[in-house]
Amino acid sequence: MNRAGAGAAFRATLKRDLLISVKRRNDILNPFMFFVIVVSLFPIGISPESAMLRQIAAGVIWIAVLLASMLSMDSLYRSDYEDGSLEQLLLSSQPLYLLVFAKNIAHWLVSGLPVILVSPLLAYMLALPAEGYVTLVLSLLLGTPVVGMLGSIAVALTVGLGSRGLILAVITVPMSVPVLIFGTLAVQNSLAGGSPLGYLALLGAMLAAAVSLAPVATAAALRISLN
Amino acid sequence: MTENSQDARPLLEVRALTCERSERLLFRDLEFSLDSGQVLQVRGGNGSGKTTLMRIVCGLNDSFEGELYWRGETLGERWEAFHANLLYIGHRVAVNHVLTPLENLRWSCRLHDPADDAGIRAALAEMDLAGYEDSPCYSLSAGQQQRVSLARLSLSSAELWILDEPFTTLDVDGVALLENLVARHAREGGAVLITTHHKLVLPHLRTLTLGVAR
Repeated sequence: MNRAGAGAAFRATLKRDLLISVKRRNDILNPFMFFVIVVSLFPIGISPESAMLRQIAAGVIWIAVLLASMLSMDSLYRSDYEDGSLEQLLLSSQPLYLLVFAKNIAHWLVSGLPVILVSPLLAYMLALPAEGYVTLVLSLLLGTPVVGMLGSIAVALTVGLGSRGLILAVITVPMSVPVLIFGTLAVQNSLAGGSPLGYLALLGAMLAAAVSLAPVATAAALRISLN
Repeated sequence: MTENSQDARPLLEVRALTCERSERLLFRDLEFSLDSGQVLQVRGGNGSGKTTLMRIVCGLNDSFEGELYWRGETLGERWEAFHANLLYIGHRVAVNHVLTPLENLRWSCRLHDPADDAGIRAALAEMDLAGYEDSPCYSLSAGQQQRVSLARLSLSSAELWILDEPFTTLDVDGVALLENLVARHAREGGAVLITTHHKLVLPHLRTLTLGVAR
């Protein structure tokens, strides 16, 4: 039988989700604008003095990234659930792990990556010292996919519920706290003149664990939600 | 597929299927089998469990007791072979509104059978959607979206079709189109499990009525 390969299904799912995001520009713009707005309020609300700002810069950026990714999470499986595409995904003869992973990557590319790209600019606004930039971007590159994939499990679990409200945040935030801690510690450490490699390695380990386990959990959660 | 050597065993067999939903018995000890070339119409009033039955057979719903067999072996053992040979079109048509029919079908075909753009265009034309291939689906009517979904029937090589209320939004021409597709599939050795209140006129049509065992 000439079945489509798993790789082809993976690419098709990735391409489809990216295409949908490009056509519904809000998916890309909302988390991005939210991130920029939240971060720019800090100098206004706390103090425009760079001595004060540089101490909180890493934490502010990391928290804003977490909140922005929570905001973008809601759209992850909702429209697919409502129009029935999710049923087709579950009934595919291709491994669900790969298809879910493709959706996670597409989601990160449109919601995580733009935020990371603009983060050095906002770090500059918060007077982050020069030695912190590389570590900040690296920690975000390693940490945001972990947050995204943990969030994906929570969204998959709650996609069948009518009104989700805060449930999503209540499930996702506790799981994301270690990422937040190690992300900010890595930046603080390189500001203090130490090496951030240990913390970055921990974030890398979390990413490896998330990539291998989270899509499995998401796939199982989707099967439960659609039952 | 008619030259299949395992002809003694039916394609799909359901034994002693019992399902309760929200403490209400939908059906008890339901038995039926479906063989190549057959069309089984599931009938029953609203809420009699037609959609639940369809979802159980697909493997989307596992809150049931009983056994399902694919070519004589339990579904659990033949999960992949079964899903490679299954095409399910549910209530919700799996058509994304911002994508065009062409883009929608490119994806859904990739999940099952590969199809090239020429094939997809031909299938859409067969469904009377020529000229709409590149319009976003939100600009199409409900019936047209249903047709986009049904275009997958002629693109698929699956033996078993499970169609849940496929006639609801179709106009007279659409109904005739779909009836022809179902008849052709059965003639070519496929099997169809279909729920509808519509009166089907097909050779080898069997019916199963739910909601009488109460």
